[in-house]
Amino acid sequence: MVAIPSRHKSLVLLLGVIVLQVLMLAVQIKRDSEGRLIRVWTVGAVSPFERAGSYGFGWIRDIWRHYFALQNTTKESEQIRRENDALKLQIAQLQGKAAEADRLAALLNFRQSQANVPMIGARVIGTGAGTASLTIQLDRGERDGIRKNMGVITPDGVVGKVVEAYPNASQVLLLTDKESGVGAMLADSRVQGPVGGQGEPLLVMKYVPNDDTVNLGDRVITSGMDRIFPRDLPVGTVAEIKSGNQFKQIRVKPAANLERLEEVLVLLSLRPLEMKNEGNTGEPPPAPGAPNPPRAAKR
Amino acid sequence: MNEAFDIRGQSHIEVHKFRTGAIIIATLLALLIQASFPIHFAKTAVLDLPLLVTIYFGLSRRNPSTGLLLGMVIGLLQDSLNGPTVPLGLYGIAKTIIGYLASSIGARLDTEHPAARFALTAAFFAAHQGLIVLTRRILLSQPEPWFNMHLVGAALANALVAVFLFLLLDRLRKN
Repeated sequence: MVAIPSRHKSLVLLLGVIVLQVLMLAVQIKRDSEGRLIRVWTVGAVSPFERAGSYGFGWIRDIWRHYFALQNTTKESEQIRRENDALKLQIAQLQGKAAEADRLAALLNFRQSQANVPMIGARVIGTGAGTASLTIQLDRGERDGIRKNMGVITPDGVVGKVVEAYPNASQVLLLTDKESGVGAMLADSRVQGPVGGQGEPLLVMKYVPNDDTVNLGDRVITSGMDRIFPRDLPVGTVAEIKSGNQFKQIRVKPAANLERLEEVLVLLSLRPLEMKNEGNTGEPPPAPGAPNPPRAAKR
Repeated sequence: MNEAFDIRGQSHIEVHKFRTGAIIIATLLALLIQASFPIHFAKTAVLDLPLLVTIYFGLSRRNPSTGLLLGMVIGLLQDSLNGPTVPLGLYGIAKTIIGYLASSIGARLDTEHPAARFALTAAFFAAHQGLIVLTRRILLSQPEPWFNMHLVGAALANALVAVFLFLLLDRLRKN
């Protein structure tokens, strides 16, 4: 047996570990597997802390925003200032709760206006731990009826789709991620083209011929062609237009504020859905190969 | 305290030991903060706290085997928190190599000065990014730009945060 000099042992270990990981990558690509078991363990271990952190941090942030913003206005005596501070703390807490109530009311109104569409509210408790993908983590998972490939929205517009559902949490690929996409069309001209992410704040609308008229500020909505999102949900507005070889290069500003998401709605169906403003109450046909929709859970 | 002599045998460099559980707790905290902070402060997404922790413990422990194994574990945990669009091994490979390099450099240079830490972290961040792009291009066939101004800003931001973070982590050392 050949002895390895001790100073080369770490180099051999390095090569071994890298080869192992390269093989692991190859297996994932070849078998299209995603190392689900390791992910379930990691997310299962981290999500309770994220959940607790999210609630605690939200509370502190509300106090910080309102209490310290108001503090500079106080110029009176120390005694009055103390009383004021105590009252401001109370106000800050109430304002935080009121702001949260407003957001939840908006979600509720949206839900009630779309009573025929099964959906569930979820809180954002984390993000992807790196810049390699743009994902968020929700505090709801398989136990609440969430499944892979379900659409995620806010009343403002499309957010992304569920890429992994764990028992008590799920991961959502944001529309701005490079691998994300949604079937879309221009609201006025009805010109269709997929909208996808580039890893940047703005989205890109593809395959719109140079001959078609597109104006800055035009609304982009879902076309329903991806069979994930119902038609006519806001995707964004046209922010930049350039002529390309065959197709226009169109950049779209997302309708939903994807950098500051706190609560979202998950569409609890894997079948094509119709929103209420379509005026179509008929049952849409199931997508080929789509599993039965899970039972809708309510928040 | 253990001591290791540098390759030239001219001066000795300390190998730092840490309080029990310090490395595990610091690693888990870094991953947790990395996965939570960008929700509340979008700009903190440019920071790579798991990378900074890998660099710090690599530079301090100065044992290449420990450094690369710690880098691998941190990288794989980061991969698994990133969702299925990031295959297990992408950050794993990059952080394994960074852990090895940091430990090897830490065993040859005195890396206690804030300026040295700033420069090394910026260099390691660039190397880490280069390894991720290389892995994406060669192994995953995913085109990715090698360089842009955003990355330069991110490298400087990470290096600046590292200076203060490393001072904080120094407190976890055994006297």
